[in-house]
Amino acid sequence: MTEVSVAKEDVAATGDLVVLKSVNKHFGALHVLQDIDLTIARGEVVVVIGPSGSGKSTLCRTINRLETIDDGSITIDGKPLPHEGKELARLRADVGMVFQSFNLFAHKTVLENVTLGQVKVRKKDKKAAEERARALLDRVGVGAQADKYPAQLSGGQQQRVAIARALAMEPKVMLFDEPTSALDPEMINEVLEVMQQLARDGMTMIVVTHEMGFARSAANRVVFMADGRIVEEATPDQFFSNPRSDRAKDFLSKILHH
Amino acid sequence: MFDFISDYNDPTLLGAFWMTVKLTVFSGIASLVGGTLLAAMRVSPVPLLRGFGTAYVNIVRNIPLTVIIVFTSLGLADIFGMTMGAPDDFALQGFRLAVLGLSAYTAAFVCEALRSGINTVPVGQAEAARAIGLSFSQVLGLIVLPQAFRAVIGPLANVLIALTKNTTVAAAIGVAEAALLMKEMIENEAQTLLIGAVFAFGFVVLTLPTGLFLGWLSKRLAVKR
Repeated sequence: MTEVSVAKEDVAATGDLVVLKSVNKHFGALHVLQDIDLTIARGEVVVVIGPSGSGKSTLCRTINRLETIDDGSITIDGKPLPHEGKELARLRADVGMVFQSFNLFAHKTVLENVTLGQVKVRKKDKKAAEERARALLDRVGVGAQADKYPAQLSGGQQQRVAIARALAMEPKVMLFDEPTSALDPEMINEVLEVMQQLARDGMTMIVVTHEMGFARSAANRVVFMADGRIVEEATPDQFFSNPRSDRAKDFLSKILHH
Repeated sequence: MFDFISDYNDPTLLGAFWMTVKLTVFSGIASLVGGTLLAAMRVSPVPLLRGFGTAYVNIVRNIPLTVIIVFTSLGLADIFGMTMGAPDDFALQGFRLAVLGLSAYTAAFVCEALRSGINTVPVGQAEAARAIGLSFSQVLGLIVLPQAFRAVIGPLANVLIALTKNTTVAAAIGVAEAALLMKEMIENEAQTLLIGAVFAFGFVVLTLPTGLFLGWLSKRLAVKR
């Protein structure tokens, strides 16, 4: 009996964490996601790139149902994405999300931002939550800012707090929706370094970004999207040195050579 | 010159204004609670609740307050027998009916002020709150409403000042507040202008500090983005 269950857990621990099957979505007449099939394994770091309007942010947001889908299926850790309600809230707690515009709770201190979910969703006691929050804030390098309000921090600091807030929930997978696009250039690296560290620590990550350097160094796989479709999937090396599709060649020629 | 004031003992001038204050405080609290619930309904994902909130606001805020207050007395109390727990004490019954009418009316305005505040909270705040697994009521209660309230302290001060002055309508159903005493004095004395000035001053004394305090509070609590 015990051996069987151990074997099962092993299978689960190495299996697919996020599976999208023929996902479609329309915004009015615009078909933003067209028959998307995508599987992300546990511990994998997948970078989604593509021109703006290609549907990559929408794809990212469907995974915790901030955007609904018209048809197809999304499963996370073997469970299909629930509709609205308690079930969905529970699932979202397991899926960390980092936004382009940080979205830290503006009326709460940095520390409160990181403890809120632990206390209200995970039902941890306040002290344990604060301890974990301070440890996480130290880990992303903003421990000294714990008692400030988000508006008092730089963009890069705010985004690192946002990452800590997501990590505080002990998520199974982290979604990054263009995490560095709203940052001043000199602040991009401090955020990317935190993300790289996360990737090295084995976090499952789906990252929508324009940072090709990050894609090269941290991704296991690059997914290239254009016009609502996944055009190409490859390892970073393959993709950047030898893209197969014309659309990807065109895209790379515009962003890499100048 | 002001001797006439001491001729009135039931109620005294201060007693009448105290009644005005009580009407304001009780109705203020009740309409804040009611208005918040209405605003929650108006932004909720449940169509039935949204419909109720919208219908309530649009009906109630378009009926004159006098009609509502008179209805509480002649309709609710006399026809439907709602004695508000005070069947024999008509003064208390009138007070409670007036609070009910004032609260029901003011709640519609609180709701709309609050709803405009909710619209000032960036949608990303609610998205981030949902993304960490908070439920709809937690998103509203912990993230959106606290920020919305801070944004609308100014408009809510207007509603509160209007409520303070609207309590005079309670005179229509015989609640012994300031306006009723003023009417009685004007009928009995020959100093109409002076009496008017006394009561006008009394209301300014009540509302001016309210406005100044809430204006200060609104600056202090403003959410920096």
